[in-house]
Amino acid sequence: MSVASADTLPRSRRLSIDWVNAAFRIGLLLLSLLFAFLIGAVVLLLLGANPLVAYSTMFTGVFGSVYGVTQSLVKATPLLLVGLGICIAFRASVINIGAEGQLILGALMATWFSLQFRTWPSWLLIPTTIILGFLAGAAWGFIPGILKARLEVNEILTTVMMNAIALQLMNLLLSGPLIDPAGITAGTYLAQSERLPEAVWLPRLVPQTLLHSGAIIAVLLAIAVYIFLWRTTIGYRIRAVGLNPDASRYAGIKVPFYQALSLTLAGGFAGLAGVVEVIGVQHRLLEGITSGYGFSGIVTALFGGLHPLGVIPASWLFGSLLVGADKMQRAVQVPSALVDMLSGLIVLFVIGSQWIANRWSKRRMAAAAGAKR
Amino acid sequence: MPSTPPSTIQRRITSVEMCDIVKRFPGVLANDRVCFDVRAGEVHALLGENGAGKSTLMRQLYGMYQPDAGEILIDGQRVEFHSPADAIRSGIGMIHQHFMLVPTLTVAENIALGLPSSRGPVLDLDKVSARVQELSAAYRLKVESDAYVWQLSVGEQQRVEILKALYRGASFIILDEPTAVLTPQEVDDLFATLKHMVSEGHGLVFISHKLNEVMAISDRVTVLRDGCMAGTIPGREATRDILVSMMVGREVKPLAPQPLQAGAARLKIEGLRAQGDRGTEALRGVDIEVHAGEIVGLAGVSGNGQRELAQCLAGLRKVTTGTITIDGKDLTHTELKAHIEAGLAYVPEERMRDGAIRDFSVEENVFLHDHAAPAYTHAGIFLDFRKMAAHATDLVKQFSVKTPSLDTPIKNLSGGNIQKLILARELSRKPKILIAAQPTRGVDIGASEYIHQRLLEQRATGTAILLISEDLDEIRSLSDRIAVIYEGHIIGIVQRGEATVEEIGLMMAGVSATHG
Repeated sequence: MSVASADTLPRSRRLSIDWVNAAFRIGLLLLSLLFAFLIGAVVLLLLGANPLVAYSTMFTGVFGSVYGVTQSLVKATPLLLVGLGICIAFRASVINIGAEGQLILGALMATWFSLQFRTWPSWLLIPTTIILGFLAGAAWGFIPGILKARLEVNEILTTVMMNAIALQLMNLLLSGPLIDPAGITAGTYLAQSERLPEAVWLPRLVPQTLLHSGAIIAVLLAIAVYIFLWRTTIGYRIRAVGLNPDASRYAGIKVPFYQALSLTLAGGFAGLAGVVEVIGVQHRLLEGITSGYGFSGIVTALFGGLHPLGVIPASWLFGSLLVGADKMQRAVQVPSALVDMLSGLIVLFVIGSQWIANRWSKRRMAAAAGAKR
Repeated sequence: MPSTPPSTIQRRITSVEMCDIVKRFPGVLANDRVCFDVRAGEVHALLGENGAGKSTLMRQLYGMYQPDAGEILIDGQRVEFHSPADAIRSGIGMIHQHFMLVPTLTVAENIALGLPSSRGPVLDLDKVSARVQELSAAYRLKVESDAYVWQLSVGEQQRVEILKALYRGASFIILDEPTAVLTPQEVDDLFATLKHMVSEGHGLVFISHKLNEVMAISDRVTVLRDGCMAGTIPGREATRDILVSMMVGREVKPLAPQPLQAGAARLKIEGLRAQGDRGTEALRGVDIEVHAGEIVGLAGVSGNGQRELAQCLAGLRKVTTGTITIDGKDLTHTELKAHIEAGLAYVPEERMRDGAIRDFSVEENVFLHDHAAPAYTHAGIFLDFRKMAAHATDLVKQFSVKTPSLDTPIKNLSGGNIQKLILARELSRKPKILIAAQPTRGVDIGASEYIHQRLLEQRATGTAILLISEDLDEIRSLSDRIAVIYEGHIIGIVQRGEATVEEIGLMMAGVSATHG
């Protein structure tokens, strides 16, 4: 009977990652990317385009210029923020499909507040706008959260419906209260807000590009979310609730509370994505502000293994894909919607590969157990 | 006198031999050169702990798995079964632990299920019914052939399974843990049936890990340990000690709990009523007192309110009427947290569902309750991994939990080790009252012995323990008093040694005891 003694139990074990397993999983991810691109190539051929040309324009479009690289980071930022929220929600086994709506709420709040208090200095206006945008998104996540906690309403349905409400709310505000006065005078009535005061603009990181300091905030937040989920008592409870609500209840954890909390936090992060789009990139609120980030953020989080640190490279990858698709569309006359198809394929392959990976690690475990006999 | 059953056996088998059977699963050698044989007219018991390879061996005989090496001989002829259908055709039947019956169909319909009808596409249920009645008369297996399965008791459902095998012409029948779900009386009935079947020339394999039953019914006993043969001995030579040492590979001393002076009543349950999950009344007036330094065993067939009672005590289920008092404090309508603070610890029945989180590490599972305790956090917010690891390491060591590291997901541990860890967690909180529900179900003998020892030690420190178990041996060897629950109320309470197994069994079946 070999009993692990105190001395043999690894001490700084949290740092000892299972490298073989990690490498295997990353290899599988890359393989699923490759397969997605192969199928994409077939579609390109069917559309009469040369896949090699298409993919190489995509690649050079992203990596061939400073602008391309920075632009991919600009697109990665909201994906990362949304993805972080998705990580928190999914870790609690709460399916948040409502990031689009939560993002809109964050953007609306940022626009309204910074226009309202346009005279405030930057050091005060920017942080307040960011916090309020987070809270607005959080509120939009809290509603389905509390409905789930109190009345056991399915959060998938409510979050989807909250998206529709948020979208129409934005359209309403943009056609009236928030509409750009310049558009009225010019008679164009464009559905966009007035330009925001410069005081609220996030500083640019690289001159002549759109890359703004929101990218840095997002990466710092990713680290914070990692610490939150794995090193705090609340994060522990969120993960416990997600993995086994029964055992959590038996341990005295208030399961509905943590489900609602995770959905609220997820909403807050999506709201942040809306804020940085408005005060970092567009400098005004306009129709289509979400660019579908609320949905592609889910894909990003899944590709990142629902791990906050994994979502950093994942968001950069999907950001690059978006930029590359734009270039490809222009160069080979292929609709950039192809990239939506690519991300769909990637998700399918990633999910498939996770199944393989799980089987593989089970075998490894079984082999290790067998070897011990 | 029973005449020869009306041509039950399509093909009479006189012997089945399995020679040098090897079966590998990825990373595990489930059967390592195992030899096993059964002759017509005998019960051959296959004994071993969970994971010893009993079921794997028999599934190969029943065609569910194919052996990697070795051969199966029927009457000296080599056979290869590629599916259960092949095995059935050769006259082998198997009664699974979990019944394979459709509750919404009648007995006759269940028996006819999957078999060709004599009238082609049209069902011939009358014929089936007649044949079932014939068989049930011949084998004294009382079952109404037109009753719906959902109306039947567990014991009756098992009879249907046996009839099903007989109807399909089984000459040799494998019974996989057939007594796990039965009351002692039902076990007696089953054994009578099995003896009758043997006298009719059937060969039976009886898979079990219950020693008493094996000794009571077997002509021969084969013990498997870790996939290998530990030996075969004649049933009349089998004693508890011999069988245990064969199963475990060493001697296991029987428990001899010292009688203790029980202290004040720590847990008082009075007139407790509560609803079950389906809205029917699961508890109908339960009265029990558990004193400091006392183990009260709660015996009963599962589903008679044990689970609901435990949940009420833990504050996880609403009480309709009645009171729960812990150490003089009324905790009838409070939630789990108050119960824990009052000194209650709870080892839940479904350990993987309610007691542990499969994908959490060993260490994380230790802290399901106490992760926010000031001793293990910085400022109540950040987990203090150093202190957590120290405490978890302590528990792992103290309770001899076999784990590669604290970081191993708990699902990779064996049932016994998981249960030891859960018990360690609950006992480390120094409870005044412990509710232990099925603490050794599915746990190997070594770990069971260890857990029992720990429970007795805990009792000696003055903890009041309510032991809920379906294992009468466990209840009888540990409890100072035994309460029997039947249909949501306590049908009787007896002192240790005051009642025989038969008397307790009768109470479990709902017959009130004369004394107590």
